Amino acid sequence: MTTTAVRTRTAAPAGRLPGAWTLGLRRGVLELRQFFRQRDQVVFTFAFPVVFLFLFASIFHDTVQGTGITSSQLYVPAMMASGIMSTSFQSLGISIAVERDEKVLRRLRGTPMPPAAYFLGKIWLVLVTGVLETAILLAVGTTVYGVDLPRDAAHWFDFAWIFVLGLTGCALLGIAVSSVPKSAKSASSVVVLPFLVLQFVSGVYINVSSIPDWMLDLGALFPLKWLCQGLRGVFLPDSARVLEQAGSWEFGKVALVLAAWCAGGLVLCLLTFRWKTRRDG
Amino acid sequence: MTTDGLAVDVRGLRKRYGDVTAVDGLDLTIAKGEVLGLLGPNGAGKSTTVEILQGNRSRDAGEVRVLGSDPQTGTRAWRSRVGIVWQDESAPAELTVEETVRHFARYYPAPRDPDEVIGLVGLTAKAGSRIKALSGGQRRRLDVALGVIGGPELLLLDEPTTGFDPAARRQFWDLIRSLADEGTTILLTTHYLEEAEALADRLAIVARGRVVAEGEPAALRELHGGGATVEWTEQDGTPRAERTDTPTRTVVELTRRFDGEIPGLLVTRPTLEDVYLRLTGQEEAR
Repeated sequence: MTTTAVRTRTAAPAGRLPGAWTLGLRRGVLELRQFFRQRDQVVFTFAFPVVFLFLFASIFHDTVQGTGITSSQLYVPAMMASGIMSTSFQSLGISIAVERDEKVLRRLRGTPMPPAAYFLGKIWLVLVTGVLETAILLAVGTTVYGVDLPRDAAHWFDFAWIFVLGLTGCALLGIAVSSVPKSAKSASSVVVLPFLVLQFVSGVYINVSSIPDWMLDLGALFPLKWLCQGLRGVFLPDSARVLEQAGSWEFGKVALVLAAWCAGGLVLCLLTFRWKTRRDG
Repeated sequence: MTTDGLAVDVRGLRKRYGDVTAVDGLDLTIAKGEVLGLLGPNGAGKSTTVEILQGNRSRDAGEVRVLGSDPQTGTRAWRSRVGIVWQDESAPAELTVEETVRHFARYYPAPRDPDEVIGLVGLTAKAGSRIKALSGGQRRRLDVALGVIGGPELLLLDEPTTGFDPAARRQFWDLIRSLADEGTTILLTTHYLEEAEALADRLAIVARGRVVAEGEPAALRELHGGGATVEWTEQDGTPRAERTDTPTRTVVELTRRFDGEIPGLLVTRPTLEDVYLRLTGQEEAR
């Protein structure tokens, strides 16, 4: 034993506390490692929107009158939006609730890790899985359903900011919702039901032109509807604008609502986030 | 900074959960470098007290200083000086022992060597194993590793050996002793009296939310034990027992009466367990 070497511990340790950005990156690596080690979770997470795309796009494939597109093509941006929300909102909402219940959060709180590092780690996880999910759907959409890649730099730029704002807003919403379930057992039901409802009222499964206005108005309060709309604007020809509630892609409004959710979601997280379950006080 | 050589200084601590008073005016001090054993039955307020010291629970009243700071407003620098081992394990199942210990080391400004710490808790052979593949005792030892990886000045252990087999418990005791030899201040809550007696410099017995007795194990026995019991067998075969503060005098009198050997003579001092049960009001439960 090297007992004498450390015997003289008088004042606080001399070293500096590591920074949140560095630790956030480290945590991101750790989060990804944990994610990809759960094979079944990886397969189902990525397969889910692809399977749904296949089902819906195969069942509904007629040409939509006066738009120059098929129903199948409508489902590509819709499933992409849904995939972005499931890798961010759903996966964070459930996994953080589980980590809280299993006292992983409490343990982290007992170390000098800055809280920001935890959230940065989650953002890295969501960013990598979100990009992968989107890339898979894009590959299927372009090869199987005849959707074109964004046609110029401007459309790629739109794609990028819609993706980043949508993913961030949904991730923050997921972190906030993780405080709602009382235990790990109830986490997936608590998170999945609102997500499912949101997908219906936001025009993921059913074309916006067939959804009652009051439902669309409800969906418009949340980020998913705008994420869908923005991605349609990126991937569909302008002739398909007639299907929108407003008759246009409304990119300005998309940016505004998604950015508002990023800001509001952050405030919500800061106000409601808990490191312990309710019964732990 | 701590001025008077105390690692922990608690005065008049109170905590209620609804109608239940968990901690009711508890006073406790731990000197730097001391190993204190906190003993008490379930529901006596031990865990609540430890959680307040960790900075993980608020208090209703009282003064609390841990390494010179109020745990409720503990900074990152303060947290890096306090090591915590929880009652229930909570390490990420998909990572290996080595990955986890190395990762936690990064949170601290002056961590210990991860390999050395893994060796210290006897997990070197399991360093590459996923945590989900570890046994319960091995997971608890990993918890201890994560508690000491930052090289804490104060280590808070809440019933660390619950669920250990006897061999693992002995190993754990050696680990605690070596940490104490290095100068780490240790607060240990436990149900096991022999554990407290083996490890602690000083014991504090908690009952109904307050400290009812404290001192070195031998002194506690002396102070609260109250004499000895003399047992013998009468000529007609009836066993007799007498509690007395002067056992020697009793034996002398018996020697005279029996004119030599006393049949079945036994003189016993109360054990720490007797003292503990008497102080925590559980004597009748035996």
